[in-house]
This record gives sequence, C-alpha cells and structure tokens, in this order.
Amino acid sequence: MTFLLQNLINALQWGSFYALIALGYSMVYGVLMLFNFAHGDVFMVGAYIGFFVSSGLLAVAALGFVALPTGVMLALILVLTLIIAMFLNTFVGMAVERIGYRPLRAAPRASAAITGLMIGIILETGNLALFGAQRRSFPTLIETATFQFAGVSVTNKKIMIVLVSLLLMLALHIFVRRTKWGMAMRAMAFDYVVVPLMGVPINLIALLTFGLGSALAAAAGILYGVAYPVLDPYMGILFGWKAFVAAILGGRGSVLGAGLAGFLLGFIEIFVAAIFPSTMRDLIAFSIILLILTVRPHGFFGEPYSARLRL
Amino acid sequence: MKKLALLVLLLATLGMLSACAGAGGPDTIKIGINAELTGDIPKVGEGTKFAAEMWLEDIGGELEVGGKTYKVELVIEDNEAKGESAAAVNSKLITQDEVLVIVGPQASKQAVPAGGVANDNKTPMISPWSTNPATTLDRPWVFRTPFLDPFQGPVVANFATEEFGFTKAAVLYDVASDYPKGLAEFFKQGWEDLHGAGSVVAFESFTTGDADFSAQLTKIKESGAEFIFTPQYYNEVALIVQQAHELGWTAPILGSDSWGSAETVELCGEECYGLFFSSHYAAKGATGATKEFIDRYNEKYGYVPDDVGALTWDTMLIVQQAIQDCGTITGDLAKDRQCVRDALAKIKEFPGITGNMTFTEQGDPIKCAVIVRISDAGEFEFYKQACP
Repeated sequence: MTFLLQNLINALQWGSFYALIALGYSMVYGVLMLFNFAHGDVFMVGAYIGFFVSSGLLAVAALGFVALPTGVMLALILVLTLIIAMFLNTFVGMAVERIGYRPLRAAPRASAAITGLMIGIILETGNLALFGAQRRSFPTLIETATFQFAGVSVTNKKIMIVLVSLLLMLALHIFVRRTKWGMAMRAMAFDYVVVPLMGVPINLIALLTFGLGSALAAAAGILYGVAYPVLDPYMGILFGWKAFVAAILGGRGSVLGAGLAGFLLGFIEIFVAAIFPSTMRDLIAFSIILLILTVRPHGFFGEPYSARLRL
Repeated sequence: MKKLALLVLLLATLGMLSACAGAGGPDTIKIGINAELTGDIPKVGEGTKFAAEMWLEDIGGELEVGGKTYKVELVIEDNEAKGESAAAVNSKLITQDEVLVIVGPQASKQAVPAGGVANDNKTPMISPWSTNPATTLDRPWVFRTPFLDPFQGPVVANFATEEFGFTKAAVLYDVASDYPKGLAEFFKQGWEDLHGAGSVVAFESFTTGDADFSAQLTKIKESGAEFIFTPQYYNEVALIVQQAHELGWTAPILGSDSWGSAETVELCGEECYGLFFSSHYAAKGATGATKEFIDRYNEKYGYVPDDVGALTWDTMLIVQQAIQDCGTITGDLAKDRQCVRDALAKIKEFPGITGNMTFTEQGDPIKCAVIVRISDAGEFEFYKQACP
C-alpha cells in the first residue's frame, strides 16, 4: 500500500510535466494541423529563461533593498520568475511561428514538420553556442520540506508542482471554452482554410496558439528546474517526443485529453519501472501506448474527423 | 561500368595515399586529442583540454627527439560525448590530420568504439580515464592510464563491507552507457563474492537522459538495501542523491571515479556532503608533484582539477616519454606510429601524479585506488587507499 501510494505521488509529479508540454502540442495540432516538433526545445528555452530570470532576481534580492523573511522572498521570486518567464517565452513561441511556420502555411504538412525539427536543432545548438555546454544548476527557490505520512514521503515541491500545473490547465481550459479568442481557436480547429474566410484572422490565432503553448512550456520548464535542478541544452528532445506521444494519446486539439494523457503517460512510466525490471521501462510503457492507440486510433478525446489529417 | 568504378576507387586511394605522404612536415609532431567538449559531460572535455594545453605550454611547444627539435601541435576535436562521433573523430585525426598518437576519448562509451578505429588504422591511442576493460582488450594499439573496473568494483564492495559492515546492497545505473553498466556488473559480482548470491537486493537501471528516478528509488527503499551504489556521471549524481533524500533515504550513497568531476559538488551542493566514492586521486591533502600540478592548474583555470585533468596530465607525460624513447621521427607516418606504439608498450613503470603505474601486456596499468570523502566544505578529501 505504501509502495503504491508513494509511486502514485511520484507519478503525479512526473505526469505534470508531460501534461503541460502536451497541451502546447495539442493546441497547435488542433488549430493548424501541425506537429510543432520544436516544442520540446521551446520548453528547454523556457527553463533557461527561468534560470536566468530567477538568478537575476536572487542577485537583486541579495542587494537587500527589501527586507523579507527568506521563505517569503524565495516564494515571491518563484512567482515572479514564473510570470516573467512565461511572458518572455510567449515571444519565443510566436517567433517560431512567424519565422518557421507562417511562410510554410500552404506547403505540405510534412515540410512544416521538418521545419519544426530544424528550429529545434537551431534552438539547441544556439543555446550551446551562446551559453556553452556546461550544465546549469537551477537555483533553489523552495527550501525542501519532506513530510512523512505512514511511510510515504511527500515534499512541498511535489505538492506545489502538481497544484500549479493543475491550476494552469484549468486556466487554459476556461480560456478555450469561455472566451471569444478561445472560441476562435476552436473554430479554427474545425477547418483552418474555411474559417479564416469568415473573418477570423488566422495569423493572429496562430500566434496566440503558439504563444499560449510556449507560456505553458515555460511554466513546465521552471517547475522542472525546481524538481530536477540540472539544465542542459538537450533536455527538451526526448521529453518533447514523449509529451508529443501524450498529445496524440489525448486526442487532437483536446485540452482535457492532452492533460489527462500526460498524467497517464507519467503513471505508466513510473509504474512500469516500479513493477517490472526498470531496464524494460520504455519497452513496456510504449507497448502499452501502442496498444491503446490500436484500440483508439483517435486518442481518448479525438474526434473521427481528425482522420482527414493531411500529413 | 564496373571497371570505371574500380578506376575511380583506385585513383581515390592513390590520392589519399599521396596526401598522407605529402602533408605533415617532418618538423612537426601532431598529437590528437579526442575529448567530450560538448554533450552530456562537457566538464570532462574541458579538463582534458586544459591539462593537455598546460602540458604543451610546459614543453614550450617543442620536443627534442633524438637530438632534433620538433614543433608539437595539439589537434583538439570534440566527440559530443557520443560513441559514433568519437569513432568519426578518430578517423578524422588519423587520416585527415595525420596525428602521430591520439589521447582520449575519456568516457568508456566513447573510448570503446574509438579504440576500435585506432586499432584498425594502426595508430596508437591512449585513454586517460576509460576504465572499462573492452577499451584495450585485444587491441595492441590501445593503452590507458587509469585502473580498470574489474578492480574498482570490488574496491567499493570491500569498502562498504569494512567501513559500515553492510550486507545488503542496491545498485542504480545507466543501462545505455558502457562505463556505468560495466562497473555496476563488476560491483555486483564483487559484492556477491563477499556476501553470497542475492545480497544485491535491488539492481535498478535507467537510460541516458532520464531525470526522474523516483520509481527506481522507491523500489530500492522497499528492498531493504543498506546503501546505494551508483556509478554515474556528475549530472545524474546530483539528481539521484537529491531525489533519494526527498524520498526519505538517509543511508549512504556510494559512487565511483565518475563522481570525481569538479562539477559534482557544484550541481549537487550540500546534498552530497559526507558521501564516499572511489577515485584515482584526492585533490585535498595531496603532496609533491601532485600538489604542484593542482596548484598550477588552479591558478591558471580557477578551479581544483578533477581526476580527468590529473590523468590527462599523466597521459601527456607518458606520450612524451614514448615519443622520446622512440629515438627518431622519420616523417613516415606508418613507421613513426609503429615506433611510438612499441615505445608505449615498452614502458613498464611510470611514476605519475595519480600514483605509480605498472603496465600489463594488455596495455593496462596496475595502480592503487583511493576512497574519497566529500567533505563538509564540498572538497574531495583523501579517506583511504586500496591497492591491488
């Protein structure tokens, strides 16, 4: 029982990252029928922005202009870092759309997918050239406190990560369902060729979609830095691929689906490693996902019209 | 058509041969450095480069061989910490840059495939840091400076037994990398020789690039193990130690020589204080030539050199001795490479800053290991010595 509960908590944290990143994939995929393969690297850029912003804020705080208890100060820095980095990363996402994808909007989808891969490589190697190959140690923004409940260890970090990501997902869900802009995005998901003819500005909606996804990726990057404080330029590749799998598993363009599938992927990975020999983790985990997709080719919340995918 | 293809092939071969004979004037000795400058473990590549450059500066860029002075040139190439890139770098160093001898790669994941290329092309190669037996096994052209994992594994097993009196061990390692995988198995063997089959109660793995080890660590915690042995590189060490502590693990976590990087404490911080690992040398409390090297390196580059730096330094001196033992550099690359290889094979004893080495037939040194403790100030201090 302890074993089960402990792994459940581990999986909740791990799934949060997949869920946040999968949302970005899913939105772009839904609105523009596009696999944005640069998204994993946008997540990496978000983590680096978070690193620089929080380091800067810590340096400013160290000057001692404002006298606050350390805990409050750190929490304030974390919140500010989240807001600033999400804001800045929005522009990274929009730049990716403007430079990489807009010129190719009429091109075959495969060309656009390749573009994503190339932008990803540019972001990785650009980071490598600018900041060097050494690992960055994400600053400690939360003093770790470990709570023990009947043999199960929970840290304040884990609780914070899961809560923040759930909150962000809820916010996105409300945005997409309740606002005019969200409605425009959903309309675009039906047909991105015809809907612009009704006066919905496709370029603006595309920028909005990329911007939103990138903001969430930045949040994921910072939370990732808090949980796994070693950053490197290649951290987004494998992570991005797996989150992409979650996006497909959730169903095209479904915010709820991508979130749930992200958590599911986290659960599968953690529990497979916990029950089977850990050497076989990815083998078994992704066999399970293959099986799910065989039964439900459109993912959990995908609608059949996505069968018209023109890739 | 076939004839034409054959002709083209012949011409290409001739062209390459003449290029080989033509370039690389007889007054220059080129030494190739195959290093992990980018990729997973860039600090390793940096230490390699710095130590090699310090050596070059030391000799004034010149070397006297058989009464004649030659200019020495280092050709430093990046292998991105990937096996296939390391092999490609070796090919380039051998055929294009026409180096006399290659130093590196450092990690076994790179050194094993790169050693194959060097051996096939009859170019002497010496790895300063690779401890996996496969690097030099049945490869007369490949040598190394550190001790081997079949020795290191039991050293850690003995230490855990004698120091703490433990009987149940857990291992966590990267299954996709030669060095951790090899060492994990040698440790398991060494531990089971001491405590019987089944005494390694958890043998858990992950894949390069993983950041979350919570599932494996939860399993280890449940298994009743008394300590964790994790032969990983510095970036993973920080994550593993931190996550273990967050899951309520308070028992010791032991490591191997890959922990010895200058970056380990930087990334891991206080979480790693008080932990032990086996290594080639301990920077704190060093004396004599070792201390001299550490002080000079520290002054020049601003940090205490790790074992990679020290081993590269030793390796450069071994290479220097081999070239000078050779007597004459003829300018005929194949002949000179053979000469350097033979000279390397003839070195039986070498007093290095990482200890005295005695070389075996296989090109492997026999030397002592040290157990290092990460002090409460984050320094690598000498704790114990273990000799074969």
